Amino acid sequence: MLGEIIKGLGTTFKYLFKKPVTVQYPEVKRPVRERFRGRHELKRFENGLERCIGCSLCAAACPADAILVVPGENDADHPNSPGERYAATYEINMLRCIFCGYCEDACPTNAIVLEHQYELSFYDRKSSIYTKDMLLVAADQGHGEIPPVLAQIQRRPSPPAQIDL
Amino acid sequence: MAFLDVIILLVKCLVLALATTTMFAYFTLFERVLLARFQQRVGPNRAGYIPLPGGRKLLGGFLQPAADAVKLFFKEDITPAMADKWVYLISPAFAVIPALIIWATIPLACWPVGGDGAVPQGGCAPAGGSNFLQLAEFNVGILYLLAVTSIGVYGIAIAGWASNNKYSMLGGVRATAQVISYELALGLSVLGVVMQASSFSTADIVAGQWDWWYIVPQFLGFVIFLIASTAEVVRSPFDLVEAEQELVGGYNTEYGSMKFALFFMSEYIKLVAMNAIAVTLFLGGWHLPGLYTLSQAVTDNFGQFAGSAVLGLTSLGAFLLKVTLLSFLSVWIRATVPRVRYDQLMHLGWKVLLPMALFNIALTAVLNVLIPDRYIGGGIAFVIGLAVVIGVAFFQGPRKPASEVTLVNEPASTVGVQG
Repeated sequence: MLGEIIKGLGTTFKYLFKKPVTVQYPEVKRPVRERFRGRHELKRFENGLERCIGCSLCAAACPADAILVVPGENDADHPNSPGERYAATYEINMLRCIFCGYCEDACPTNAIVLEHQYELSFYDRKSSIYTKDMLLVAADQGHGEIPPVLAQIQRRPSPPAQIDL
Repeated sequence: MAFLDVIILLVKCLVLALATTTMFAYFTLFERVLLARFQQRVGPNRAGYIPLPGGRKLLGGFLQPAADAVKLFFKEDITPAMADKWVYLISPAFAVIPALIIWATIPLACWPVGGDGAVPQGGCAPAGGSNFLQLAEFNVGILYLLAVTSIGVYGIAIAGWASNNKYSMLGGVRATAQVISYELALGLSVLGVVMQASSFSTADIVAGQWDWWYIVPQFLGFVIFLIASTAEVVRSPFDLVEAEQELVGGYNTEYGSMKFALFFMSEYIKLVAMNAIAVTLFLGGWHLPGLYTLSQAVTDNFGQFAGSAVLGLTSLGAFLLKVTLLSFLSVWIRATVPRVRYDQLMHLGWKVLLPMALFNIALTAVLNVLIPDRYIGGGIAFVIGLAVVIGVAFFQGPRKPASEVTLVNEPASTVGVQG
């Protein structure tokens, strides 16, 4: 019994001098994996038009009923999106969202993408509603046909799990 | 003059109580940081730091105990509706007061004051004077220590009963059973030291260790004392009283806010006090080779008071160093050894430690009478004690036959041969 205890003490003593593996979170952030599903973003086309056409398929696909889409008619002279309609209101309740990614799958124009932002805390329930102007990417950040993250999703199997810091 | 003495005594009491409380606060930090390092974590490092040039931070987290204290003060103070209110309220005090008064008879250091100034060989109090850094010196100090350490369990038992909660009750009952079981071994292991020093006074016991520490002639007693005192203060690996997995937290389940903090405090102060007692009894108290020489040199050059002060401060440092080393051992053991099962606890207390302690007393008595030379006798006692510890540990381990042991590392031949 004594031998085992001394062996155990030796093991713990050895670990006393090893470098801690802790990641000091607010200062150091671990990179997430490429297919990580974080906060949603509403993407744009390369010419700056919104991809979202207000079809509400994401709201229909959402198992948590977290998405509200109110479509509106496009002004023909200054269209928000290609086609007839655009999302006049687009809200996601982050308290309901379970980050399943079904909205991404449902979206016919690849407009909604779950990106890598995961720091989603807030102090009151009202702040949990993310509105369209919070979700929409800046006007100059358009993409080609398929946003790079969704292009990643087509790739199977997933990238290696080990993330080096 | 008598009035002044009372004032000085009261101030000393106050300072000692505050010092032990502060020490408790920083012992929690010490333990948390060390445990973290044992587990490859960094531990608390956010609350307070000393900024260094170049953006570096020194001593990150040194205000963590203060932050914890503030948090506990501001927590809601709840008394359960079905609890026995007065007993419930009084039991934290029952637990914490004995923990604080343990420190009264421990000679913390050697600062001789009064008398004719001549310090006896190895001792501290000059004829007619006293030791400034020992609060109370009386001739049955050891009995006082034993009595007070075991009174503390009343607080735990009463708290478990008054909470009116099955888990707390179980925790309290476990505490009484455990402390009774280990009290015997603890008392008997201390008795060996008492026989060695021929005195019940803590000051005499420390004075008797000026040439060699009692850990050598009383090695067996030291091992028994370490194990039994760990169990006595319900410290891991003997913390069945507050086994989170079984009892939700044991006797303090229903306590919150400062009432919980008092239990926490009593537990840690008792732990450090037990380490201090171990240092006093076995590791030479405040003795360290060279202290007297240093103090004598200072006395010759700068006078009596400077010599006493230097002796007092250096010996206090030596004492605290030894206590810190033993505390490190406590944390180390907590980081290593898993909690024992209840039957193993009882087995260890009654069937292993108690006979060993009795054997230690018999050994000490026989050797003290047969071999008058204390160095030869002590050496023989050390060898026998070491042999007994190793032998008992070898034969007493609760072992399973090899056929019942599940190996974590499968033998290489079976790896990869799956259905």
